[in-house]
Amino acid sequence: MSSENGKRLPETDAAGLNYEATELTLGLPGKSRVTSDGGARVGSKRGFSETVDLSLGEKKDSNKLGQTQTQSQIDAREAAKSPGSKAQVVGWPPVRGYAKRGKKSCKYVKVAVDGAPYLRKVDLDMYNTYQQLLTSLEDMFSCFTIRNFLNEKKMEQVNGIEYVPTYEDKDGDWMLVGDVPWQMFAESCKRIRLMKNTETAELAPRTPPKWSRRS
Amino acid sequence: MFWGSRKTIDMNYFPDEVLEHVFDFITSHKDRNSVSLVCKSWYKIEKYSRQRVFLGNCYSISPERLIARFPGLKSLTLKGKPHFADFNLVPDDWGGFLYPWIKAMAKSRIGLEELRLKRMVVSDESLELLSESFPNFKSLVLVSCEGFTTDGLAAIAANCRFLRELDLQENEVEDHRGHWLSCFPESCTSLVSLNFACLKGEINLASLERLVARSPNLKSLRLNRAVPFDTLQRLLIRAPQLVDLGTGSYVHDPSSEAYNKLKAAIQNCNSIRSLSGFLEVAPCCMSAIYPICENLTFLNLSYAAGLQSNELTKLIHHCRKLQRLWILDCIGDKGLGVVASTCKELQELRVFPSDPFDAGNAAVTEEGLVLISAGCPKLNSLLYFCQQMTNAALITVAKNCTNFIRFRLCILDPIKPDPVTNQPLDEGFGAIVRSCKGLKRLSLSGLLTDQVFYYIGMYAKKLEMLSIAFAGNSDKGMLYVLNGCKKLRKLEIRDCPFGDTALLEDMGKYETMRSLWMSTCEVTLGACKVLAKKMPSLNVEIINGSEQTEFNLDDRQKVDKMYLYRTLVGHRKDAPEFVWLL
Repeated sequence: MSSENGKRLPETDAAGLNYEATELTLGLPGKSRVTSDGGARVGSKRGFSETVDLSLGEKKDSNKLGQTQTQSQIDAREAAKSPGSKAQVVGWPPVRGYAKRGKKSCKYVKVAVDGAPYLRKVDLDMYNTYQQLLTSLEDMFSCFTIRNFLNEKKMEQVNGIEYVPTYEDKDGDWMLVGDVPWQMFAESCKRIRLMKNTETAELAPRTPPKWSRRS
Repeated sequence: MFWGSRKTIDMNYFPDEVLEHVFDFITSHKDRNSVSLVCKSWYKIEKYSRQRVFLGNCYSISPERLIARFPGLKSLTLKGKPHFADFNLVPDDWGGFLYPWIKAMAKSRIGLEELRLKRMVVSDESLELLSESFPNFKSLVLVSCEGFTTDGLAAIAANCRFLRELDLQENEVEDHRGHWLSCFPESCTSLVSLNFACLKGEINLASLERLVARSPNLKSLRLNRAVPFDTLQRLLIRAPQLVDLGTGSYVHDPSSEAYNKLKAAIQNCNSIRSLSGFLEVAPCCMSAIYPICENLTFLNLSYAAGLQSNELTKLIHHCRKLQRLWILDCIGDKGLGVVASTCKELQELRVFPSDPFDAGNAAVTEEGLVLISAGCPKLNSLLYFCQQMTNAALITVAKNCTNFIRFRLCILDPIKPDPVTNQPLDEGFGAIVRSCKGLKRLSLSGLLTDQVFYYIGMYAKKLEMLSIAFAGNSDKGMLYVLNGCKKLRKLEIRDCPFGDTALLEDMGKYETMRSLWMSTCEVTLGACKVLAKKMPSLNVEIINGSEQTEFNLDDRQKVDKMYLYRTLVGHRKDAPEFVWLL
């Protein structure tokens, strides 16, 4: 399986590998470890959702130092770097399974709109500002107009109903979107609800948010 | 000892109490073991006066024999599962159960006061029995354990009248919602250390505040995520004497009254030397802690995912006396440069990956490490997850820092060569072991051939623990290590081409070690059987993968996972079905 110059284009590797079945086995040089049914080898229940097994083919020349890597090792690394499929080897890297250090929470929160038959989910980590979030929500629920306290822009009212963005925070209280700095909001937001304007009277009376509000 | 060979002095002239008093000054386990080997009388005196026992492998001896050997036992440290269990390589239920130990000690009326456990399975039942059986129980430290719920903690809180320390580090605890804290009776005022950071559930905040208020000796307090900012502020007012603080959630509006109160409270806590937590964090709130930074010796920001590199470096600028720093790799190489120029007293650095499974994205490289080595000459302990490493960098690090005791390098892509030269990292690690004569623990990664093991066997004479993954070319690699590293105690190997020849070459070596782990190597079942047969003082365990429902009888079959350890008591009786004891 060794090639002339030890190098292969990533594209060829990618084409040759079928990520869906996670069929590559990380085994030993000179030995193929693909499981007999070609299926994925499941890691222990605590951590890893898939195992990327990397077939190691014939070792080119095990004893010479300074050689370029064996074909199998190149394959292994290409698979590890493959875009999109979070290729993982069981137990690697050696971080504690349940010590989820630094795991950016990948913060998906439900978005409910009064009157809509289904909810959506947004990943708050994808945004850095309220404007981005609200724009995205407007796209998602394009038939509604979201009242934008931040910069006073009232979008085209399509069906004459305005929606106020509110969210439930960690304490279980329903808050108006926009009062606290974005980061703080993102960390404490558990879910979002776009309330019909008539219901906003139920929100606790408050001083106006930092941004000016018309009438 | 001092009297040398002067035969006219009769050792028995000294009453036992005098010798016992002398032995009181000998605290290290190794030394006490040596003392007990001198003569029968010393053995006896040491035996009855020994209070602290350390068992690195709970299966090396049985509870009954331990109690018979050291009837005066007051403090026991037990370790259960092999280290690779931390990385999901050991199935649940493998073993390491606490209960038999508690049962035996309770039955023999051992005056247990302190229990420290690592990687053990701890049931609520065992915690309950513990809390009821040892009236002087003072200290419970659980690290990486599992199997218990907050009900077990409730029993400890309720029944251990003189509890001083409850320290839970990174355990898997099933949370039955926070009433356990309320179980500390009003009469309990003895707490010195309370760490429940790993608990995931809600906490009764009022109980916590009352508990802290009535614990004047409290020096160490580590909160979990459920403790909000304003509670933290109230706790700090109650406990300005704290030396070690772990915040819970650290998110608030910096323009609020609560925030100002916290700032004031923190400024009053001028004994804090160790800071951790920030399990949730708002960067804008970090300035509140700047006043205490200048006295910090330990800072753990490895859970603070919300802090970017510039915020981290702003903080680090204030921490001139830092000796130990645990941080996420988002600090970046430049940020490590700030650490290097600020923290001249740094001894231990741990850089954790913020995105472990995206090998292309670790934010630190060899550059950060080189900067640290240049700026922090006292560095002796390193855990470094990085994107890449070069031989040149490792050689520089070896020159700059000769004091390493622990050197653990994890390149996220496990077989990555030196990206500049495309060479294996043999020379780099070789430089480390050559230069750091006191090295006790080493973890390797990157592309490595047998050559690195040649160097390790040649130079790493004090090495006690070695972790190897995806490295080497042949049995020679493993043999270099087994033959050369005289002090080796723990060897753990995964995915390396080491096989039967290496395993069986020097079987007696394993009696000098605590344990050997080999998984996904070239070792066959037949060789394991040979080893088990020839060495009755070793337990050789085969852990079968989930896809093997029948044990293959074919001796030529490669074993998936083998774990062997020396023991005085033969096969353990509690092994599950998937563990085959040879």
